[in-house]
Amino acid sequence: MHHSLREILDHRDLLYMITWREIKVKYKQSVMGMLWAVLMPLVIVCAGLVVRYAFATASGTPLAMSDFTSVTVKAAPWAFFVSALRFGTNSLVTNANLVTKIYLPRLIFPLAAVFSQLIDFLIAGVVIGVVLGVARVGLSVYLLWLPVLLLSLIVLAMALAILFSAASLFFRDVKYLVEVFLTFAIFFTPVFYDSALFGRWAPVLLVNPVSPLLEGLSTTVILHQGPPVLWIVYSLGMTALLFTASVLMFRKLEPFFAESV
Amino acid sequence: MTTMADTVLDVQGLFKKFRRGELYTSLRDLIPGLTRRLARREGPGQLEQRDFWALQDVSFSIQRGEAFGIIGGNGAGKSTILKLLTGIMRPTSGSIRVAGRISALIEVSAGFHPDLTGRENIYLNGAILGMKRDEIRRRFDAIVEFSGLEEFVDTPVKRYSSGMYARLGFSVAAHVDPDVLLVDEVLSVGDYLFQRKCVERMNSVIANGATVVFVSHNLREVANLCRRSLLLEKGRVQLIGPTAEVIRTYFSRSQEQRAIDAETGVVLTRVTTHDDAGPRVEFESGGKLRLTVEARARTRHEDLAVVIRIVDDHRYPVFDTCTQRLGAGPINLEAGQAVSCTFELNLHLAEGTFHVDAFLYRYVTSTNYDGWHSAATFFVTGAPEVRGVVTLQPRLAAFDIE
Repeated sequence: MHHSLREILDHRDLLYMITWREIKVKYKQSVMGMLWAVLMPLVIVCAGLVVRYAFATASGTPLAMSDFTSVTVKAAPWAFFVSALRFGTNSLVTNANLVTKIYLPRLIFPLAAVFSQLIDFLIAGVVIGVVLGVARVGLSVYLLWLPVLLLSLIVLAMALAILFSAASLFFRDVKYLVEVFLTFAIFFTPVFYDSALFGRWAPVLLVNPVSPLLEGLSTTVILHQGPPVLWIVYSLGMTALLFTASVLMFRKLEPFFAESV
Repeated sequence: MTTMADTVLDVQGLFKKFRRGELYTSLRDLIPGLTRRLARREGPGQLEQRDFWALQDVSFSIQRGEAFGIIGGNGAGKSTILKLLTGIMRPTSGSIRVAGRISALIEVSAGFHPDLTGRENIYLNGAILGMKRDEIRRRFDAIVEFSGLEEFVDTPVKRYSSGMYARLGFSVAAHVDPDVLLVDEVLSVGDYLFQRKCVERMNSVIANGATVVFVSHNLREVANLCRRSLLLEKGRVQLIGPTAEVIRTYFSRSQEQRAIDAETGVVLTRVTTHDDAGPRVEFESGGKLRLTVEARARTRHEDLAVVIRIVDDHRYPVFDTCTQRLGAGPINLEAGQAVSCTFELNLHLAEGTFHVDAFLYRYVTSTNYDGWHSAATFFVTGAPEVRGVVTLQPRLAAFDIE
């Protein structure tokens, strides 16, 4: 574990260059370019609003401003999480050329994939900040939770990207499994709705370690309340556990990468 | 290893196992595979039916500042050794110790991205090959100048020709400062001028004290660059020694491997080069070479001629002749009879490596009964005044300055 992180630190220039390549290549020959970083989460926000509107109509309660802002705040991190996983899972297979021909710490590929998505997230984040400002959401001391929640989400994305990238190098099935999983994940992750909607079944939803983080974002940023601390601690624990396990597993499998692509 | 304080690379008892056929590529294949494996309960180190050894018990060590060649036919395991040395793969067993940074001039353009420009790719590839960003920034101009692609440095490399692509790749790789440099066949990149530049660069890298491991099919280049070499055959070390000796052994061994088909009616059995004193493979340019070809008939054959052809290292025919053209009558052999004929040749050849091909031919029916390519190999030395394949024995007849 320590050795792997040390190696990445020694190769930070390479990590920077590979990340830079992913970003650069992604927007080459695309007319919209960086605008996509805003458009993708926007699509999710719109979908979320439609769902929220349907909920509101069905239950007969009027649609509040906080519903709109809450979906916005949760959509961008979710979009980041999904694309980081999708991109990260394929990162070793798409770089098979480098994996089999040149030695470099391969952990760099899933990490660079996550980092490159992070840039999009950052852009989207700025836009959201502006939107929330316009909506007069305001500031509070609970915003101090924001770095903890976001960092945990990023590390969680890294952990899964590392795990799935190595797994899909050996079994291409993993790629499809991740696709299917990500397509349906929006149903059991509170992006469009809040887990409270499920009453006593809410904990089932919160077992998904992404859920408490997203809910935490919504409660701290929009509602200016403390997040569900126990569930956040659970998420942080899961994140640390998954990250450690993924890195260790990756390290164990790395010598077989070149022969197994 | 206290006695060898200056050993840069030390390889001991290297084994590498590979698997023929496909690995499991989907879960459907995996599950029966795993059950089979559990049922059989194999120990490690054993060979399954589909496994084979790519390397077996390979050991060698290289001193600081040495240029070391690895020679062997296709599939001998040369590239596997390099992949193990760079860390791309892990050996099945054995140890590799490297003192310092190891870098490879292998697949030098593997890190390129077609959509990025030459400039962007120099930074990207430099980082992939182990350079820091400010290191690349400092050497950027030198890299571009070396590649000779100044005009195209802001063009995406997907618009490059394959030669330009390879040149840019080599130029970046040539500017990495390693302690040990691994080179595999890359010197055949680009046109003649660029190749010369690469060889010069290699020489200066060696002169600057870097250690080089060189793998090539171009034996003349290995001989030029490396004093010591290793001969690899089917994954085993056959010989480690002075390059000239290793190359000689390589050729003599590849001749032994000729499998004589028992069904053939008449076969070439031996082709040797020698002088008056006996067999030899090194000759002075301008000297005499005797070439003896032996053949044996299992059944009766008539009207045969022995044809010999000399080709250069690139297999370009330099010369050929045959018994018939030299005035010998048709060779008639009874079953069990053998024939031996010796050609005497004046070696008007320039320095280099040459190979002898021999044939048993029947002109009347235009039938080739037996052919043996590279049946013998010899080296010509001692004509420093000429370049090329032959020497036309030049003499300066007039030299006037007006």
